[in-house]
Amino acid sequence: MAEDAERLDHKIIYGIVEPDSRVLDLGCGEGDLLYLLSKGKGIKAQGIELREDAIYKCVEKGLSVFHGDIDSGLTEYPDKSFDYVILNQSMQEVRKVDFVIDEALRIGDKVIVGFPNFAYWRARLRLFLKGKTPVTYSLPYRWYNTPNLHFLSISDFKEFCSEKGISIIEEYYLGKRSAANFLPNLFALNAVYVITKR
Amino acid sequence: MTDENSVGIVKTKYFTFAEPPDELKLESGQVLGPITLAYEIYGSLNKEKGNAILIEPALSGDAHAAGFHEGDKEPGWWDSMIGPGKAFDTTKYFVICSNVIGGCKGSTGPSSINPKTGKPYALEFPLITISDMVNAQKYLIGHLGIDRLLCVVGGSMGGMQALQWVASYPDKVRSAIPIATTLKHSPQQIAFDEVGRQAVMGDSDWREGNYYGHGQPEKGLAVARMIGHITYMSDQSMEEKFSRRLKDKNFSFKFITDFEVEGYLRYRGDSFVKRFDANSYLYITKALDYFDLSGGRLIPSGKTIDTRFLVIAFKSDWLYPSYQLQDIVRQLKTRHVDATYCEIKSTYGHDAFLLEVKEETHLIRHFLKKVYKEGT
Repeated sequence: MAEDAERLDHKIIYGIVEPDSRVLDLGCGEGDLLYLLSKGKGIKAQGIELREDAIYKCVEKGLSVFHGDIDSGLTEYPDKSFDYVILNQSMQEVRKVDFVIDEALRIGDKVIVGFPNFAYWRARLRLFLKGKTPVTYSLPYRWYNTPNLHFLSISDFKEFCSEKGISIIEEYYLGKRSAANFLPNLFALNAVYVITKR
Repeated sequence: MTDENSVGIVKTKYFTFAEPPDELKLESGQVLGPITLAYEIYGSLNKEKGNAILIEPALSGDAHAAGFHEGDKEPGWWDSMIGPGKAFDTTKYFVICSNVIGGCKGSTGPSSINPKTGKPYALEFPLITISDMVNAQKYLIGHLGIDRLLCVVGGSMGGMQALQWVASYPDKVRSAIPIATTLKHSPQQIAFDEVGRQAVMGDSDWREGNYYGHGQPEKGLAVARMIGHITYMSDQSMEEKFSRRLKDKNFSFKFITDFEVEGYLRYRGDSFVKRFDANSYLYITKALDYFDLSGGRLIPSGKTIDTRFLVIAFKSDWLYPSYQLQDIVRQLKTRHVDATYCEIKSTYGHDAFLLEVKEETHLIRHFLKKVYKEGT
């Protein structure tokens, strides 16, 4: 847990979420973030996760979690069932991103999206100079074993939001250990956005 | 498991209620009484009476869920899950298991004596439903001095009873664990049950249900059970257990048992007729088929409930496939009910709920711990 408590993206999301809110974490993994939020912010937590072994870890932490994929897991929820829907490091793994974001915005008042930035300078260099698929700190996989179905940059996501009429309420850019607010599309490893359709 | 993990020697108890004129009103409109329920208890009820867990049996399960009856070598049917240090830890929880009405293991059913005639009810016994079974259990729970159950749990038909408890008495159930079950039987499930019933009723020894004193319709009931056992296993578990192995070295070229799988099914069928009443089989399978809490009936409309759910499915279970458990989860989502759902990877088919002890124990232990903690 100590290590996870230090995860920068978790720290940022922890700061975003209001106490006692209803939170749905899509692709919650072993539930580290939800556990953090439950302990510290008294949230009503619900997770959705595909991996069976991760489900056991969540239950061990006392979390409520659904075993299943994100793409088909949201339709039953009535509108505005949650204060926050979190898609941290999982958006790039879902099949239909636009559908999932639409659904997340329907069932959640705010959606927190965190993703690795494909336009990070090292990624650009690797592609430009070596002609090879980027492997970076936030995109550690090789082309043949990556769970990521979509590769996007910070600029891509901003463009997506403006095309879809989604408002960005808060934005955070992350380096390895601290914020990376200078030319984020070039220097940020990860981005975290709070978006809404209000 | 060592001895310290066993609840030890246990005895079945009996509770009789609904004496005329206060009979239990059944869903069919008929009445039943007096009713006896056979039940067993393990562990002890705490001062606040907040640690009671009701274990619901499956079709052929009885009240003897854990421990040993005096002189028996085999423990109760879910002994792997109930006892000190097990999933349903009897050092912490008060565990109750009761045989259903319509059954034949001490609870009032078609083989019980009808006080009006002095003879077994046979088909005079009214048709019962899962909801009737639960209403009868409600009397037992009251008799034991429990107002609110910490948890209602069961696999297969036991899961239906757990769901029915929530539908009928949402305020009386703090948590529910339906395992390998469904909100309603699909046509395929009804079809399997009907083949089983036809096998029993087509046996001339059935005598329109009046076989008591003559001996059971053994052939028919055994066939019904054989079909049942096929649906409880999976293609893979049968391959692993039997493959095409022969009982003897060569084919017999006769219509006798050549394959091990045939021998297994016959053995299962034959041992079932020794312990289970054929009419009970008819009544209970009918109750399974009638059960339907789909379409929003699980949670009474307009009601918010604080019952927590742990829903468990098994990957290779094709009798109660995981989509049926997911249907339960969908209902819970639309009503904002706190729930956890896990589909356990298993090759055992429907039988998995009795066999995948490690995974179930992990999920149930932590789930109960949380529910229990929140109530104290």
